Amino acid sequence: MEFTRKNRQLLSRIATNDRHGENSPYFDGWKAYDSNPFHPIHNPDGVIQMGLAENPLCFDLIEKWIRENPDASICTAEGLDKFKDIAIFQDYHGLREFREAVAKFMGRVGGNRVTFDPNRIVMSGGATGANETAIFCLADPGDAFLVPSPYYAGFARDLRWRTGVEIVPVHCKSSNNFRITRAALEEAYEKAQRSNINIKGVIITNPSNPLGTVLDKETLRSLVSFVTDKKIHLVSDEIYAATVFSSPRFISVAEVMQDMDCNRDLIHIVYSLSKDMGFPGFRVGIVYSFNDDVTNCARKMSSFGLVSSQTQFLLASMLSDDEFVGNFLRESSKRLAKRHHVFTKGLEEVGISTIKSNAGLFFWMDMRPLLKEQTTKAETELWRVIINKVKLNVSPGSSFLCSEPGWFRVCFANMDDKTVEVALDRIREFVLQGKEENNHEADKSQARAQRWRKQNLRLSFSSSRLYDESLMSPHMISPHSPIPHSPLVRART
Amino acid sequence: MVAMSKIATGNGHGENSPYFDGWKAYETNPFHPTERPEGVIQMGLAENQLCFNLIKNWLIKHPEASLCTPQGVNKFKETALFQDYHGMPEFRQAVAKFMGKVRGDRVKFDPDRIVMSGGATGAHEMVAFCLADPGDAFLVPTPYYPGFDRDLKWRTGVELVPVNCESCNNFKITRNALEAAYVKVQEANLRVKGLLITNPSNPLGTVLDRDTLKSMVRFINDKNIHLIGDEIYAATVFMEPEFVSISEIIEEEDVECNRDLIHIVYSLSKDMGFPGFRVGIVYSYNDSVVSCARKMSSFGLVSSQTQHLIASMLSDDEFVDNFITESKKLLFNRHKYFTWSLSQVGIGCLKGNAGLFIWMNLRKLLKEETFAAEMELWRVITNEVKLNVSPGSSFHCQEPGWFRVCFANMDDYTMKVALLRIRTFMLKNNEAMVPLKLCRPSSLKLSLSRSLSRRMDDFMSPGIMSPHSPLPQSPLVRART
Repeated sequence: MEFTRKNRQLLSRIATNDRHGENSPYFDGWKAYDSNPFHPIHNPDGVIQMGLAENPLCFDLIEKWIRENPDASICTAEGLDKFKDIAIFQDYHGLREFREAVAKFMGRVGGNRVTFDPNRIVMSGGATGANETAIFCLADPGDAFLVPSPYYAGFARDLRWRTGVEIVPVHCKSSNNFRITRAALEEAYEKAQRSNINIKGVIITNPSNPLGTVLDKETLRSLVSFVTDKKIHLVSDEIYAATVFSSPRFISVAEVMQDMDCNRDLIHIVYSLSKDMGFPGFRVGIVYSFNDDVTNCARKMSSFGLVSSQTQFLLASMLSDDEFVGNFLRESSKRLAKRHHVFTKGLEEVGISTIKSNAGLFFWMDMRPLLKEQTTKAETELWRVIINKVKLNVSPGSSFLCSEPGWFRVCFANMDDKTVEVALDRIREFVLQGKEENNHEADKSQARAQRWRKQNLRLSFSSSRLYDESLMSPHMISPHSPIPHSPLVRART
Repeated sequence: MVAMSKIATGNGHGENSPYFDGWKAYETNPFHPTERPEGVIQMGLAENQLCFNLIKNWLIKHPEASLCTPQGVNKFKETALFQDYHGMPEFRQAVAKFMGKVRGDRVKFDPDRIVMSGGATGAHEMVAFCLADPGDAFLVPTPYYPGFDRDLKWRTGVELVPVNCESCNNFKITRNALEAAYVKVQEANLRVKGLLITNPSNPLGTVLDRDTLKSMVRFINDKNIHLIGDEIYAATVFMEPEFVSISEIIEEEDVECNRDLIHIVYSLSKDMGFPGFRVGIVYSYNDSVVSCARKMSSFGLVSSQTQHLIASMLSDDEFVDNFITESKKLLFNRHKYFTWSLSQVGIGCLKGNAGLFIWMNLRKLLKEETFAAEMELWRVITNEVKLNVSPGSSFHCQEPGWFRVCFANMDDYTMKVALLRIRTFMLKNNEAMVPLKLCRPSSLKLSLSRSLSRRMDDFMSPGIMSPHSPLPQSPLVRART
């Protein structure tokens, strides 16, 4: 958006800078989708949305529960007598039943290995609001947080925009499956110190967006001891906790804390029902801190983004139904597992590998073999081809600040089975087409491909060696382009 | 202690204030007609509880407005997934239409300028983030809603500078007062970014007249600063004079104004009585502000479940017209009865025609014209009369002795109990007071008339009048002020 000079003087710096993250080239993908959305009948050649991490697979279960529980609503004949009390309820502590139900749900999602205290449940405007609130409580403008990459593109806005806080990425590599190592954290921390950047904490997302993997106990313990040593905070964004569909199981930071020597005042969890339940529209964000002062402060700040009491009431009822919750969690995992399997198998058949994942609503697809060169520029080029020719809106790795070009996040849960088939067909066609075109390049690029293979050990389903040679271009592999500043950020990233 | 932010460890949330005692007194001993008849009656909560029967009747007739009824459940999934920060089009259209109706359809609102926020609380903070940098200042006429100190300043780093208004001219906002405040800010080397007005006023319960509004618009236009009009009490205007919105003033022929400076904050918390639903609205005439605020709204969108309900309810023209009319009637009646009863025992109020409260004049009950005396009287009212009212100093009022008393958040019985307690208290005190003329209900006294000030002299203690105590720093701020 162009600002006239006068307008720039009229508005704040926050209003006129780019830290909302939306002036980014990645918008093109969304635009392509918005102007030409796929529909099986009305627009079968349209762009299929695979950039939206949504979980709509279990609404049949939810709708059934709604029909069977009319007293969960303040608008039904059964619930109407509660309407007034709920409509006037604006206490920022939140409805007690809501907090209890959410605490219980969080406990179940963690396999009941941890009990969450309802009095530590603080509301916020979705996870978006929760992350911002946590930063407002913990850091001053100019302070920074370490964030392992690749990470959710929305962090650039949520953690930085209005808070004035900075993100220092801790780049993780595919060579060890993007593991967050103590060494990498230490290095990033030292480097920041040398540059006079005041690190206030670490933000992790577990399960990971965009990787779809969970952190193991060892890594979690290492993170907790790292922050304890450095006396900095650890914010664990666990909004995908219930999307774990196969082993290894989800381990919350709350669980590892239980048998560790650590400073609990440094540990905070961000939670939400947007991914686990599929309710992004309901704006249910939760800040759960083990630090009393942070809990109190976040609670006061929650006035800026409380959960609608109408929604609190509904969810209090739904999430306290143990039978429903148990069944929902089981079914959700099952359906996610199935969908994930269909996709990864389909991709495997055409030699596309993905990071081995067991959670999330997406997979992290390795398209490096298809890059003209190992650069962000080439990744962007490939991305444009995927959007405009293959007609799939996927998210390029650079929008997640991934330090290696060629990775793409592909959402698999936000569509019906038929659309899945269409998407897979399109991918198959694209890959096979690419193979044909590049066959004659095979000999020239063999040596290069070998070198590339050595550098890139990865856990994959298939051997992509099949077409490495055929697809590598004869060009020089240029050094990585600088990572673009503003990743794609939308309310619905 | 572990290091937290300056924002977190400071007092900007406004809750470390002595006024919390009133809330605590209520919370530990809340009035209940049968279970706790001696408890504290809550009169510090500006809520509109008078029209819920109308709403319930409508809900019974419109099950499709809910996502949870058999008639509405087919919309559940798409609504639960809807997180577009533009908001549901039906919601924006319904809110725009409602805002127009509340202004007698004298002005039309554009649904594309409707931006959501986390209640009016979130709306104010969002506007401050869009318009001002840390250290910039907004002018705010006193007395004003205590929550502004948190909403506009806490996380934004923006300053609020009071524009002093006095009871001698009914707290009118004069051009002189605005200019004086503006100069004062400049002398302190701060940058004034805007003027924030609340119309209808909280806590005064009055509306701004056309001339004052025009004068303010000219003022901000001259200075090239923003005008933010908090109009969340717009539909609570229950008698003449009519509510005039900024949106109308800028359309007037004799008003020249840069529309990029004009912004309205709205909400359904007061007009509809839905504070729990967190429906805040930022309506700006500046395209860049709309765009920026919309991006920021991600931090406090309205629950799509609630958008769906409100869209349905507020697009029912017949219901809305009836609701607005009935609400005004009930508020008028409640207000009339209240103020008349008070006048019967010699308590005057600022002549008000809007809001959910009255601005009560207890200056003659003060031992001395100081804020310390006001606090003392307030503690007596809380602990002995057992009413939680809000002392004027919590609204940054420059004159001690005023109290805001909410009247719409209780049923008829509780109101009568409250009035009886006031009556008892006043009669006890009246033994030392000069007998008062009984006022007719239709001619409620204005605050400072000459006869009243003479009476005040009679009640002033013979002691030396101490200079005004410094204004307490942190007024009462709660989610439900």
